Amino acid sequence: MAGLELLSDQGYRLDGRKATELRKVQARMGVFAQADGSAYIEQGNTKALAVVYGPHEMRGSRNRTLHDRAVINCQYSMATFSTAERKRRPHGDRKSTEMSLHLKQTFEAAVMTQLYPRSQIDIYVKVLQADGGNYSVCVNAATLAIIDAGIPMRDYVCACTVGFVDETPLADLCFAEESGSSLALALLPRGGQIALLQMDAQLHQDHLEALMDAAMTACKGVSKVLDEVVRRHLQEVSVLTGE
Amino acid sequence: MNKGPTGRHSSHGSKDLVVPGDVITTDTGFMRGHGTYLDDDNLTASVAGEVERVDKLICVKPLKTRFNGEVGDVVVGRITEVQQKRWKVETNSRLDSVLLLSSVNLPGGELRRRCAEDELTMRSYLQEGDLISAEVQSVYADGALLLHTRSLKYGKLGQGVLVQISPSLIKRQKTHFHHLPCGASIILGNNGFVWLYPTPGQQDEEAGGFFTSLEPISLSDREVISRLRNCLLALSAHKVLLYDTSVLYCYEVSLSQQVKDILKPEVMEEIVMMTQQKLVEHEG
Repeated sequence: MAGLELLSDQGYRLDGRKATELRKVQARMGVFAQADGSAYIEQGNTKALAVVYGPHEMRGSRNRTLHDRAVINCQYSMATFSTAERKRRPHGDRKSTEMSLHLKQTFEAAVMTQLYPRSQIDIYVKVLQADGGNYSVCVNAATLAIIDAGIPMRDYVCACTVGFVDETPLADLCFAEESGSSLALALLPRGGQIALLQMDAQLHQDHLEALMDAAMTACKGVSKVLDEVVRRHLQEVSVLTGE
Repeated sequence: MNKGPTGRHSSHGSKDLVVPGDVITTDTGFMRGHGTYLDDDNLTASVAGEVERVDKLICVKPLKTRFNGEVGDVVVGRITEVQQKRWKVETNSRLDSVLLLSSVNLPGGELRRRCAEDELTMRSYLQEGDLISAEVQSVYADGALLLHTRSLKYGKLGQGVLVQISPSLIKRQKTHFHHLPCGASIILGNNGFVWLYPTPGQQDEEAGGFFTSLEPISLSDREVISRLRNCLLALSAHKVLLYDTSVLYCYEVSLSQQVKDILKPEVMEEIVMMTQQKLVEHEG
């Protein structure tokens, strides 16, 4: 890849950001009236939509009900127009199933499911435009949607994808930067608890510590932005309902 | 340093708005209610909403939530399943509600013991997809509601229009069945399901609430019901509390517009503003 410097000598990345800078985050809650909770988020050029239904009675296989907790059912899918080449199989392929499973595990750690025995909570996430950090943006969108639905959670779940180039950790990767090593971290910011950590690339062990620290800092940055979005939404709606 | 239960104050008056993970207080003297959890002596919010303090009880009321039924609530629900000796009813709550065969009035208004034949003919009384109005008799431990229709005003619903809105917008009143003077009747279910139907002509018994007439409804009645439905949607979009008076005022205010125009956002806003003004005038 001649001429494609992921990190220039002056410390600028391909899109002009510094190494620890996040992409611009814009989000809105309550975009769908018919769902219990919904949210739309844009992180740079990656756009995702999350919709939450529940908690409601278990539909489908009755034998999957848990007597003491709610079951979280996640579906991740990408729109056919979301990638550079038209995606032929938007859901059901191995990557989507794996992502759905990861999202389910992430939210099972944060949502207080023991308050809803024998119920089901559905989370549907759709990526409308994929430009790197798909999993992280989906987690952030789903967090906002769950808050919008009024389902109790221990804390926000914020996620960020980080990479390592030239001994420097890069926060919030875009698609071009993801080709190297990329680590996705989902964090509960207040306690610093990790909900999910995922990486499938090669990284030297000595760099792991620095990369994890960078990921945690980036996630805390994302949590500040999401916090602002939620508080603004709360303010707007409470003004409407207030006397 | 012991942080008292003041939290963060918003600039709009005295509302205390919290988000999940916010510590409400570190004082252990408070009891925790819904929407909060205990995290190492810190009382933390688990939903985004307003903090409510009643003496020593702190709870957080989320902006919107599924219907949490209480004993005595009137609900409108849809039958989802016919099981042995009971029906499962969907009422916009977190578990389907239960309607036992012994809790319904048999056709003919008879009071008799349920026999095996009644069990086999359950489907002839209520099928999957039917709408009913019922009252909450009790709440199970896991949160499911037990319903009953043991009064002639409850039972299967006939021809009409169902409007689904958020349960938090329905005002709790003494009665939820209203015959509006504009020519239609309304059932404001506490679970957010509102049923609009033409006022029944004769007030005779309806054979235990299972007989539904399939006679065609006149055009004027249909217009009234359509207008009411659009008014309900307008009021719920602007988060106005719904009860018979507010619905009636909204209907009267909207008479100057065409029925289909009420759904336009600008017209909606105007109508809701005029309704709110009228409510303030008449109720202070």
